[in-house]
Amino acid sequence: MAIEKFLTVTSTCIPLPIENVDTDQIIPARFLKATTKEGFGDNLFRDWRYDKEDQPKADFVLNDPTYSGEILVGGKNFGSGSSREHAAWAIAGYGLRVVVSSFFADIFKGNALNNGVLPVQVSDAFLAKLFQEIEADAKTTVTVNLPDQTITIDATGDSEGFEINAYKKNCMLNGYDDIDYLLSNKDKIEAWEKTSFY
Amino acid sequence: MAKTLFDKIWDAHVVSEVEDGPTQLYIDRQFAHEVTSPQAFNGLRERGLTVLRPGKTTATPDHNIPTWDQDKPITDPISKFQVETLTRNCDEFGITLYGLGNQKNGIVHVVGPENGYTLPGMTIVCGDSHTSTHGAFGTIAFGIGTSEVEMVLASQCILQPRPKRMLININGELDRGVASKDIILYVISKLSTGGATGYFVEFAGTAITSLSMEARMTLCNMSIEMGARGGLIAPDQTTFDYIEGREFAPKGADWDKALAYWHTLKTDEGAEFDKTYNFDAADIEPMITYGTNPGMGVGITGSIPTLEEIDQAGQASFKQSMKYMGFEPGDRMIGKKIDYVFVGSCTNGRIEDLRTFCDFIKGKKKADNVTAWIVPGSRRVEKQAIEEGLVKIMTDAGFVMRQPGCSACLAMNDDKVPAGLYSVSTSNRNFEGRQGPGARTLLASVLTAAAAAVTGEVTDPRTMMDVAEPALT
Repeated sequence: MAIEKFLTVTSTCIPLPIENVDTDQIIPARFLKATTKEGFGDNLFRDWRYDKEDQPKADFVLNDPTYSGEILVGGKNFGSGSSREHAAWAIAGYGLRVVVSSFFADIFKGNALNNGVLPVQVSDAFLAKLFQEIEADAKTTVTVNLPDQTITIDATGDSEGFEINAYKKNCMLNGYDDIDYLLSNKDKIEAWEKTSFY
Repeated sequence: MAKTLFDKIWDAHVVSEVEDGPTQLYIDRQFAHEVTSPQAFNGLRERGLTVLRPGKTTATPDHNIPTWDQDKPITDPISKFQVETLTRNCDEFGITLYGLGNQKNGIVHVVGPENGYTLPGMTIVCGDSHTSTHGAFGTIAFGIGTSEVEMVLASQCILQPRPKRMLININGELDRGVASKDIILYVISKLSTGGATGYFVEFAGTAITSLSMEARMTLCNMSIEMGARGGLIAPDQTTFDYIEGREFAPKGADWDKALAYWHTLKTDEGAEFDKTYNFDAADIEPMITYGTNPGMGVGITGSIPTLEEIDQAGQASFKQSMKYMGFEPGDRMIGKKIDYVFVGSCTNGRIEDLRTFCDFIKGKKKADNVTAWIVPGSRRVEKQAIEEGLVKIMTDAGFVMRQPGCSACLAMNDDKVPAGLYSVSTSNRNFEGRQGPGARTLLASVLTAAAAAVTGEVTDPRTMMDVAEPALT
């Protein structure tokens, strides 16, 4: 399935300065009963976002009209825990295109990339600065430039480069996914199988 | 050049290298379940693709199934539909399915090893982070997302960046009452939940090689909880003895050939790791978690850290976890009242776990204030428990064994701990809401869970054990 092409995003940010945000929080297990990828955005951060009576919790950032945008800024070790890709579907489904953190869990990072959500890993210092700027002014915009691999706080000009694997970058820029690539290698797969022990 | 065990297996599975990109790795075995596979099968249909090697994927519903009345239709219509969808997909694409009622049904990571699907030197994936369990056999086994499930179905390959290599040595002898679950909770508490992110971990040392196969699975199962792509242990005689005779294991001449190959699967002398940690088994006591991730654990006689002991950036998360758990920084863990006990999951739902539980509770009674869910990891474990008289021991002590499934590990079914109540759980995660919205989970070994089930509070199991009892592995 083709993913949306990604070049540059300039947006205000949604700050979530909590470390070790696990995928059970991003989308709790009881919402994993669906057999399609649609509708998960409504339950993004469900138990942080709604109380037992399904009323929005005023103190959670997604319910705070001060903050909006396509960029979620999370604390260190974002996306740890369960491999559920539903977490990436929930983030994409909510309308987010970028997650910024100083550290991502591996499986989450892969799932995000496979769904057109760019995980941007920045230094602890840049992350702290970013939280500070957003807190000072919720209208602070940030530009994420994938071709240049940079993230910039527009008002201050603070900028940092981020890493992304060249292959994955190409997939994001062009909206390709891995299956097209793998199937183009079918002869190699068959050749490898002749050498297989199992 | 001297190679690590990880490198030997990885290198043997490289189909191609993408320029400036990931490795195309061949996958020997994929396991599938009902929760992370439906969208992958939909993807195949949308592309008009078939499954390239249907014989290399095995499926079993486990996450979303009830642990009661499994012979009757599932009452929750959405769960029922998801389980039926797995059946339809397996039928359509020619994949072996061990559905509800099948003698091989159970938790995917229990079913794989006990049927001889999991063999040393393999690459194994599943849309489930605890695929790391299979690393106990000396395999590269890791959890993947649904897009990657689709990738493996379509091409029997996956694109993966090569992880770094970490060695964790644990030497020395374990104290009595200390299990492999305590080893891994201890290591995670030292390394944190992100401490091994980007790495594939090999566990070695005398405390590891002395473990049984089932104890090794518990250890590797939770390697994902420190962020590792997976954990593995070099196969040895313990491994071979476990595999021999299992239904899908090699037989006859194939067995001899396999064994010769498996004997080569160990890290060469002088091979280099990107990072090495050494721990002393004697430093490990029964562990318990106090917070909302598996890294927030202490020795059972210890206390929750004080705020001053937490670094600045982590304080907001720590305070949130204390509020969620209803604990105060500095609290002692011993004596905390509990309401639920859960013995089961892909971490501790194997026959050895039920034997350990029954050895401990035999002749004792369940505490009145405790609701206990004892859930076998598979139909086979359930059958063994009945045949070995374990169910009788449980019944005499006031416990009831349920039917196999993931159950209260992630509470996708009815087995949910009510909000605000405390559960000592032998599963792998204590995240907020993991055992149900508002549920408070304390992770521990089977033995520590058994002690809590008897006393109704957090208890050091060693204080209730006969001194003459040998160390449990």
